[in-house]
Amino acid sequence: MQDDVILKISNLSKSFGPVKALRGVDFELRKGEIHAVAGENGAGKSTLMNVIDGILQPDSGEIILDGAPVTISSPTEAQRLGIGFVHQEIALCPDVSVAENIFMSRTNVSRSWLMNYEKLERDAANVFRRLSDIDASVLLRELSISNQQLVEIAKALTLDCRILILDEPTAALTENEAQTLFRIMRELADQGISIIYISHRMVEILDNCDRVSVFRDGKHIVTSDVADITPGDVVNAMVGRIVDKLYPEKQSADETSEEIILDVKNLNEGPRIRDVSFALKRGEILGIAGLIGAGRSEIARGICRLEGAATGEVWLLGEKLALRNYQDSIAKGMVYLSEDRKGDGLFLDLPISENVSALNLDQVANRLGLIRASSEISQAGDLGRKLNLKCGSLSDPVSSLSGGNQQKVALAKMLSVNPRLIFLDEPTRGVDVGAKSEIHRILRDLARSGVGIIVISSELPELIGVCDRVIVVREGRISGEVAGHDMTEENIMRLASVMDAQAVSF
Amino acid sequence: MENAVSLAETQASKVQGVPFWRKLLKMRETGLIVIILALFVVMSFASPYFLSWANMRAMSMAFAVDGILVIGMTILLISGGIDLSVGSVTAFAMVIAGWLFLNGINPWLASGIAIALCAGIGAFQGFFVTKVGLHHFIVSLAVMVIARGACLLFTGGRPLGLFTLPPEFKFIGQGSIGPVPIVIIIFLVFVIAFDFLLRRTTMFRKVFYTGSNEKAAAYSGIRTKKVIFLTTTLCSTLCGIAGIIYMARFGSAQPTFGIGLELTVIAAAVIGGASLNGGSGSILGAILGVILLSLVSSSLALLDVSVYWQDIIRGSILLSAVTIDHYLNKRRR
Repeated sequence: MQDDVILKISNLSKSFGPVKALRGVDFELRKGEIHAVAGENGAGKSTLMNVIDGILQPDSGEIILDGAPVTISSPTEAQRLGIGFVHQEIALCPDVSVAENIFMSRTNVSRSWLMNYEKLERDAANVFRRLSDIDASVLLRELSISNQQLVEIAKALTLDCRILILDEPTAALTENEAQTLFRIMRELADQGISIIYISHRMVEILDNCDRVSVFRDGKHIVTSDVADITPGDVVNAMVGRIVDKLYPEKQSADETSEEIILDVKNLNEGPRIRDVSFALKRGEILGIAGLIGAGRSEIARGICRLEGAATGEVWLLGEKLALRNYQDSIAKGMVYLSEDRKGDGLFLDLPISENVSALNLDQVANRLGLIRASSEISQAGDLGRKLNLKCGSLSDPVSSLSGGNQQKVALAKMLSVNPRLIFLDEPTRGVDVGAKSEIHRILRDLARSGVGIIVISSELPELIGVCDRVIVVREGRISGEVAGHDMTEENIMRLASVMDAQAVSF
Repeated sequence: MENAVSLAETQASKVQGVPFWRKLLKMRETGLIVIILALFVVMSFASPYFLSWANMRAMSMAFAVDGILVIGMTILLISGGIDLSVGSVTAFAMVIAGWLFLNGINPWLASGIAIALCAGIGAFQGFFVTKVGLHHFIVSLAVMVIARGACLLFTGGRPLGLFTLPPEFKFIGQGSIGPVPIVIIIFLVFVIAFDFLLRRTTMFRKVFYTGSNEKAAAYSGIRTKKVIFLTTTLCSTLCGIAGIIYMARFGSAQPTFGIGLELTVIAAAVIGGASLNGGSGSILGAILGVILLSLVSSSLALLDVSVYWQDIIRGSILLSAVTIDHYLNKRRR
């Protein structure tokens, strides 16, 4: 078997600042196999794939292609070596035709001065003959997301690649489209192309792949033939850390209270939020689970009036709210921690102290509306101490901090207005394990002190570890609720996915 | 970050920890002042007239009114916008006030109307940017052309002679208190006021938030559209004020005044540290930027360098300033 190994990676490491994304990873890809790569978010899958595609350079370790060590310096170099990568996000030009998109790299290296559109379309039609009945002459923007995804795959197929990396290609595909894709994948594998297939869906992995490698916390855990492994083994390998130590104590029996902090009744907003009702009691941490796009964040943002115009009743501590906008929500003590820290949570190039004060500048200003720098610094200093923020100076820009400390700044920003209820959307995304458990402990302390805490997360172990109760959202509706011993990944996934346990997403 | 420590341990020493002189060294303004002083020294040797009172006065008159435009532009840039219409709108204020005056309206009232109209132009641009959702660049490009057209329409393309302006009105542009021209005093008042407002007030802090990350600002409960609308309006209003001062100074209204002025103004703001991506900039820096550009122009004139070379040199200064800043920023990251 040893001689049909096409790609061998040994002892590969990669760090981003203090975050070790890959720690001495080994990986082996055979000729003509479909090799699934599984792991939780942040396990290092994407980093590894980006290294193989030359987007990232490893800190140490070796990549051996066809028995010879190689340095993959860029995606162009990867392409030359026969490595194709279909990214999860669609990276195509919406304003040009499907055919041009498919052959973009061929056009790029073409020596001809003029575009030969007829030939492009003919060739594209040939590619699609095997894939689907997409018209290659239409503009890309006119296609559905799933068809755009197929164009991405078609594009990769036209490059003569020996190794094809597919990063969650079925996430946006329908069942039929996915089956077509698997058929094509098998054909390609039979032609000798090796496929690395990243997926969260256990069923897909077990039905369509030859081998599976599991990663966790930047380490390679196990590689096995699919025939020799059960879904449970894979999940254990993915999750398999001692969960109890990582998470704070749950709410104890004598801490339960009947006092209701938030009561939402019949929240509706078009197709995104449908008839959502739930309540949050004092002292508990409530989780909201669901697949990406199910409407988890939309519910939180709808309640806070950050977007949309949801109808329905929202009661906060016995008071019926009539919010016009998010400013009103902040004034009532209801705040939302964004899931996208860099995109819309923080002002990266502004000082830490100015980030913390942003929600309510009046707190650090005098009656004339003049900001007192000393108040601003001491506000950030007090909250920073409370959250164990590690930073040089409070006047340094937030971009100088690690992910975990940036998140603490975002959290300090929320706490600056003494909120009565905080929605935390992916509170530990991109945060290292140490800071993660610190943040979880802070959330528990806040809940104990009477602040309402609602956590939205894609990481099921986090929800199960932190929350006292989890409501599950599917297609804008609440599809169920789990608490206590019923709070298991299997139960949550069953409620979150359309087909029982088919679309397992961690 | 290698000496990152927990806040709890070293809070007190860290907050005031950075020595003042080191902060000063890092500031962009310091670098500009050094360059300006160096130019001063070199020029005082190169030309005997350079340090004369008349030359100093002429130079400061040259940048003072443009300085008011730079203030508006800097604030707009910080909020993430840009305005190409400043030159035209300045001329527009001049022309409207002059035209109203020639039609028998009191010059003070005429000036008030002209400034209000300029504010209206700013609001008009703000509307297209925030409500319609067009880009500042395009909207202000269109307004630049429209305002210039309006100037020519009102004047028939010829300058309006305003010899009958009352002396107390001309005093704004031509008079002095003691040795100090009124124009300089107005300029200093604006600079000090806006520098203070921008550094200290909650109102203007929201401008920084909006420009730094509009979405994050909205997620902090800031009405970002309102902020952008107001900075756009402010910029055009300051153009109106500058136009009136120019009119008082020249004693005439020139429809072709300020062609290409927007580029000088943007260049000054950017040399002074304003980012075209929004979120950073300072009034003091921008003013130093305009002083530097003006100093270079008058130095080159004193040295008998052709005006055509002046543009080439000014453009090169802009490019070098921005390039140096780009690399300094990169290293800091």
